Amino acid sequence: MTPLSYLLQRGTAMIMVPLIVTHLIVIVMAVQGGLSAEEILGRTRGSAAWAGFYALFVLAAAVHAGIGLQTIAREWFSLSDRAAAIAGHLFMLALIGLGARAVYAVVWA
Amino acid sequence: MSGEKTLGVDIWRGGADGRYQSFEVPARENQTVLDVVTYVQRHLDSALAYRFACRVGVCGSCAMTVNGRPRWTCRTHVSRVAKAGRLTIAPLQNLPLIRDLVTDMTPFFDKWQRARGRFVPGEGPRDQLAPVPPDKPERAAASAAIECINCGVCYSACDVVAWRDDYLGPAALNRAWAAWNDVRDGDRTGILKAVSASGGCHNCHTHQSCAAHCPVSLNPTFSIAGLKRASIKAKLKGELAP
Repeated sequence: MTPLSYLLQRGTAMIMVPLIVTHLIVIVMAVQGGLSAEEILGRTRGSAAWAGFYALFVLAAAVHAGIGLQTIAREWFSLSDRAAAIAGHLFMLALIGLGARAVYAVVWA
Repeated sequence: MSGEKTLGVDIWRGGADGRYQSFEVPARENQTVLDVVTYVQRHLDSALAYRFACRVGVCGSCAMTVNGRPRWTCRTHVSRVAKAGRLTIAPLQNLPLIRDLVTDMTPFFDKWQRARGRFVPGEGPRDQLAPVPPDKPERAAASAAIECINCGVCYSACDVVAWRDDYLGPAALNRAWAAWNDVRDGDRTGILKAVSASGGCHNCHTHQSCAAHCPVSLNPTFSIAGLKRASIKAKLKGELAP
């Protein structure tokens, strides 16, 4: 792990703490009157605030998980630094892609 | 040994593909693990290879794995560690095995050099002594880390060393932290560059096995955390550029 990846992983963890707490509170509140797609989409569609919230969440989670999996690949599967970095970056890009698609789907689609 | 109380001991013999050999030694009221190994070598099997020097916890050369945990054997009393009247003694983990209980410490000390845990003089005049007040925070941090006896116990206990062979390890990083806190050093940034390279301090998982096992109660995890903080600050200031 380089100083930059260390910094990014700790930084994204700090970013995610309030996001996770907010996300959990919204889940608990949202299911109070039953859970329906209409209710969720009614809250998120066209909302720049929720788009920004989940876009930041996706980005932070993708970077955090990419770096973490890079470490696991290096330590548990004995990949070289370079191979582990490639694997970590690919996973990060996949998470960003899937996450961006989900955010687009609940806000604009 | 008829009628005498005895202690069963299994000792690793041979190289990496060796096996445990069982011995019976006299059980004494006050007896260290090193006493047991020495008894075996002097009375039962003179071919047993092991390493020791001072026998009083200063030199750090007698560390072995005792009942699964790395320990300094000269200061480890049998009564404290023997399980059901038996001892299992193996060489230190995470180091190449030479034979029996003797490991090759070369990688361990090579990493001390890689971590730049040595003094580099500054360019000031030689006749001018740098004042270092004892209560200065850097001096206090260096003092807390400086009493390492190079035994290799923390290196053997560290999971990250087991997982990646280029990881510098707790002892070398602890030494680098002590060196970085020496305000007389002429290239403190060089230490941060050394510990930020591949296999450096940022790989520590903070498991604290090193602190839990250190026989002289140092806390290398704390030292590594200090290196992480210092190197991140240097990184943000652009001081770690090659």
